[in-house]
Amino acid sequence: MYLKIEGIEKSFPHKEKGTVKVLDHINLEIEKGQFVSIVGPSGCGKSTMLYLIAGLEKAEQGKISINGKEVKGSDSDRVVVFQEAGLFPWLTVLDNVTYGLLLKKMSKKEAEQKAIEMLKIVHLGNYINSYPHELSGGMKQRVSIARALVMEPDILLMDEPFAALDEQTRMVLHKELLDIWRKTKVTVLFITHNIREAVLLSQKIVVFATRPGKIKATFKSNDTKDGVMPNDVTLQLEKQILAELQEEIEKVLKEEMGDDYSFKTNSVSRDTSGDMGSHI
Amino acid sequence: MAIWEVTSRLSDLPDFMFPSFTQVMSTLISGLISGQILIAIGASLSRLLIGFTIASVLGLVLGYLIWRYKIVEDTLGFLVTALQSIPSIVWFPLAIIWFGLNDFAILFIVTLGATWTMIVNATSGFKNVPVLYQRVAKSLGSSGFHFLRTVILPASVPQLISGLRIAWAFSWRALMAGELLGAGVGLGQLLESGRALGQMDLVISVMIIIGVIGTIMDNVLFLRLERSVERKWGIRA
Repeated sequence: MYLKIEGIEKSFPHKEKGTVKVLDHINLEIEKGQFVSIVGPSGCGKSTMLYLIAGLEKAEQGKISINGKEVKGSDSDRVVVFQEAGLFPWLTVLDNVTYGLLLKKMSKKEAEQKAIEMLKIVHLGNYINSYPHELSGGMKQRVSIARALVMEPDILLMDEPFAALDEQTRMVLHKELLDIWRKTKVTVLFITHNIREAVLLSQKIVVFATRPGKIKATFKSNDTKDGVMPNDVTLQLEKQILAELQEEIEKVLKEEMGDDYSFKTNSVSRDTSGDMGSHI
Repeated sequence: MAIWEVTSRLSDLPDFMFPSFTQVMSTLISGLISGQILIAIGASLSRLLIGFTIASVLGLVLGYLIWRYKIVEDTLGFLVTALQSIPSIVWFPLAIIWFGLNDFAILFIVTLGATWTMIVNATSGFKNVPVLYQRVAKSLGSSGFHFLRTVILPASVPQLISGLRIAWAFSWRALMAGELLGAGVGLGQLLESGRALGQMDLVISVMIIIGVIGTIMDNVLFLRLERSVERKWGIRA
């Protein structure tokens, strides 16, 4: 196995309860070059899982290893793409992308050349000297993907990278991401709360249970995908995953809105705005 | 200025107490030509620059330590907030006893006047660096001094500039107070001699100089710096 996660546990301090367990005995194995998604309700610890792999946080127990080598701290062989682009506003687009390369002791000239190539791949070749605030949300996210890919990481960790974008931009980026993945054969771990997104993109989908975060189910999807249109197979898979998630979603809602809330009761299917003769 | 000129000429007060605009201007120009005022400006500004530079560096270093280490925050951080509320001129008697009535004493209070605000602003600037930027940099492999230089410092630049601006204003005030009471050449000393000799035209000339320098520094230097950062970052004021 390429990326191996064994018995990971993690908790955070909580105001009233002392500590809250966010990850409870997680075991996961990912093959090299695989595209794996993690879906789950908000607060289920999926982002925390990603930060642990990235080395940005430390687990209390368990072990994460890549190629048999244990992960200790952050390193540029695993690069994270965050939900928000997080470009440095004091640097130009080009300088943002070369930031990591220069850290690898690459010469400035070589780094810039590589960065420009990568920016062309994400279709931003005309914006290399712009500042981040001059770009739209989708463009910023493309820069942040370029910034991660240019490092030629072994593993690309994506933390809901398209969640803050509009639908059209997201569709375009899905396609671009799949293209890039096929081209570079990078291992991708993709976190999302969007089931369709997970199904359309990945080969393996891991469903997380919440409080504490646990792996509830895993699905495989080896269908050829274009990342845009759902088909019979992906729709079927979507349904299965949603069924798994339903219980978890209800758990979260009950905790947030009180015990009397039920996700399923509102099942009358008719147009509620239509009048039922009240205006007679 | 016309009102000033007219009221001065019509008022019962003698010329030396309420000089007219033209009189002040002639004193100002002759002072500039003779070099008396220029020397004073030079002396004051050099004190100010030295004190201000020391304060800025000190502020950045201590601000960093407060940000970085919890123990320093609990001890020094608290002390700084307390000391910040003491106007720096209050330290002058102590400074005279420690250093004597000389340049050092003035430099001491000028530095002190700017240091506290600089520390406070640097600390809060560092603390307000978004976690996202820090995570991005770490994920790309940055750490240690490189992390400080390429993320923490540039990300807190807007706050550091406004810190420098306030620190400059504080040290400028401390300088004038110190020079009025202290020794040696300088604008404050020129004010004091103007008072002693009963030359209000000289006093007003110096006041004009002080106003002009203050405006230049604040509006031209700091405001420009701030604007250029805002433009680059895309923050609309």
